[in-house]
Amino acid sequence: MNDVLHEPTAKPDTPRTAPGKPVLRFLNDWGIVLAILALILFFAMTAPNFLQGTNLVNILRSISIVTIIAIGLTVSLTVNGFDLSVGSTATFASSLVVSFFVWYSLPLGVSIGLALLIALTVALVNILLIVKFKIPDLFATLATMFIFEGVAMTYTGGGSISAGMPRLDGTPTVGLIPESFLKISQAPWIILIMLVVVAVTHVFLNHTRHGRFLYIIGGNPEAAHLTGIRVNRYRAIAYLIAGLLAAVGGILLASQVGSSQINAGSGYLMPAVAAAFIGSSFAGQGKPNALGTLVGACLVGILENGLVMLSVPYYSLNIIKGAVLALALASTYYRFKKN
Amino acid sequence: MTQSDVTNRLEMRGISIEFPGVKALDEVDFSVRRGEIHALVGANGAGKSTLMKVLAGAYDSYDGTIWFDGVPLTIDSPAAAKRAGIEIVYQEVDTALVGYLTVAENICLDVLTNGQLKGFIRRQRYEEIAERALRKLKASIDVRQRVSELRLAEKQLVLIARALVQESRFLILDEPTAPLSGRETEQLFRIIRELAEEEQLGVIFISHRLQELFEICESISVMRDGKLVSRQLLAGQTKETVVEQMLGRRLRQSKREARPAGAPSLELDRITVTGQLNQVSLTVRAGEVIGIAGLVGAGKTELCKTIFGSLPVTAGSIRLHGETRHVRSPYDAVRLGIGLVPEERRKEGILVADPIDQNMTAASLNQFVNRFGFLQKTKERTAAKQIVQQLSIKVSSTEQRAADLSGGNQQKVAIGKWLLADASVLVLDEPTKGVDVGAKAEIFQVIDQLAAEQKAVIYASSELDELLAVTDRIYVMYDGKIVFETTTAETTEEQLLWYATGGQQNE
Repeated sequence: MNDVLHEPTAKPDTPRTAPGKPVLRFLNDWGIVLAILALILFFAMTAPNFLQGTNLVNILRSISIVTIIAIGLTVSLTVNGFDLSVGSTATFASSLVVSFFVWYSLPLGVSIGLALLIALTVALVNILLIVKFKIPDLFATLATMFIFEGVAMTYTGGGSISAGMPRLDGTPTVGLIPESFLKISQAPWIILIMLVVVAVTHVFLNHTRHGRFLYIIGGNPEAAHLTGIRVNRYRAIAYLIAGLLAAVGGILLASQVGSSQINAGSGYLMPAVAAAFIGSSFAGQGKPNALGTLVGACLVGILENGLVMLSVPYYSLNIIKGAVLALALASTYYRFKKN
Repeated sequence: MTQSDVTNRLEMRGISIEFPGVKALDEVDFSVRRGEIHALVGANGAGKSTLMKVLAGAYDSYDGTIWFDGVPLTIDSPAAAKRAGIEIVYQEVDTALVGYLTVAENICLDVLTNGQLKGFIRRQRYEEIAERALRKLKASIDVRQRVSELRLAEKQLVLIARALVQESRFLILDEPTAPLSGRETEQLFRIIRELAEEEQLGVIFISHRLQELFEICESISVMRDGKLVSRQLLAGQTKETVVEQMLGRRLRQSKREARPAGAPSLELDRITVTGQLNQVSLTVRAGEVIGIAGLVGAGKTELCKTIFGSLPVTAGSIRLHGETRHVRSPYDAVRLGIGLVPEERRKEGILVADPIDQNMTAASLNQFVNRFGFLQKTKERTAAKQIVQQLSIKVSSTEQRAADLSGGNQQKVAIGKWLLADASVLVLDEPTKGVDVGAKAEIFQVIDQLAAEQKAVIYASSELDELLAVTDRIYVMYDGKIVFETTTAETTEEQLLWYATGGQQNE
């Protein structure tokens, strides 16, 4: 029976933040910004070249790819879906686009378009596994992460592709990587692309009903369903956007490196996850959001750049980056618990 | 009290417990003897589940004492209750079972945790124990099977077997027959009778189905409003006298004037959902409020969700404003002008973490975008404010989070959402669940308003007095079927309860 007595009706809900603790609240909402300022201050004092204009542009350039991938992840996080396969999607897209140039001598637009399109199969498989077969997102995308890492490697024959290198069967190639393609990852362009992606996603998430639906689904899928929102369709859209942006990141990566390397994208998963989670507490939003993700990526980027300048060896960087991720996650989930 | 009276008797004396704002149990005396099969009945909220939870050790503090065999017992945890030989089988059997362990492992779960079986666990050992227990129940369940593969009736037996292994002296069964078929119920009854006789097990049997109490129980306790009303032998009682005691009064006819109703808004024609609904037909007209009466498990929620496209219809048809329509999903339902205020308000009805205005516009966001597809947030807020005024929802601002509202106000937000979506048919599933009396009256006012605006309202509830107060016609459901239909003016709470508990037409 439904004995209403067990659910005391008079119990008030705890407010989101404890009143009378404005300091804690301020720290929670603006902590990342404070952390960024503190880092800048610290590196400016310890590494003399840190504050130079070229270095700052360098930082922005270096975080562009992470940010774009992280923004895709942010969209999947809005429906409470995690996507571990973004790194593999990036790798796959970068292999594809370089192979189109080098092996098939396809023109710029066609190569990029085709690469994006084919890389979207990762998202489609994710959707099939998560939305249709109801596999928990973490496990499903763990599987696709490995599958498409393998697919990309098989496609490239387990090696890298660059101009002048023969194909898998030994036939020589004549295709070149166009100069204009390599240009994309140069200073103003890649930063502009990043900013456009952030801005468009921000508007999409906050100022269109589709974005509102994504957040509603993330907050309470059952209520969303019973409000007449097509939950499955929107979850699929979220994974598609995540896949698409990961592929964009992969293509920029190819442009930056000028070739396709094995597992090139896998290193972007962790910082992207960190950026998205760090960003979710930005400005008191308490949910994944595009601007926050950009700020989160800045934090990660500044940290990495500064540490390199301080001659911390690259092989030790992961310790610090991982610790930052753990901190970001702790702050997110600890807050949830207090709610 | 003489010595023989307390022998083998479990007694609760003067039990009181208070939850914030409500006295759930008020000086309740209750007792049951070993070997006795005793019924415990009461309307929703009467306190019977709370009383049994006290006995099962779910609460660590309450007033009053518990005795067995004339000796006081301390029952302040489930483990203490088990030590005292008291076992409870809750209605939701799955909460007490571990799906991926075998039947044998589940049956021996308590013996494993309380340390009766020590050291390395040999599988044969507990399979033997489990088999012995199941043999007593004459149940043919493979002890090596996983519990997740069992049918519901079998899961119940596994829990009863667990009680046997523990050598329990008292077994509480909370609505055990609700999910069972007729044959499974008969089998369960046979087992209970045998256990009472052969193992001297005392059984406390909670059920809404009064008919079956007369079949199996020898005595009955009736509770109402947290108090014990009577304890007596069932012989000499009738269903009517029990219902009277549950309600505490003979009910007069309700004097509601039926509202003037327009054309049929929604018609269901022999709607069947396999295993849930059986040939349900009903009509609701514009400006009319119809009630769906029925006890927990009768199929009310399933009916509401089916109308809203959330359950797959296997047969039958739905007509909206005279036209046959396919409602395959809530998305379809909303587009066709159907709204649902679901039973689990906080889980399904409102978006607790979101502000009120976003809650209100969630089902009608199309109206709040400009021609470039951007949301018009000011317009949203204005619309939300209007509904807040119309339904007199008490909020400090429309940007307040829904979680911070009282239950009654949350419910109004859930209703307001459909006003903005301009739904012509509104389905309310237990809309007063967990709201206080004052808020209830206000929700009734809102429903009056909806009817006056020519909405068709479906009001599903197990609170019969509410149905009498607010509806024009009532359909009574039992076991997934509509068993009775009446105009509200011509019926009584007694009559509704009679049909809702499985009473037959011609009596």
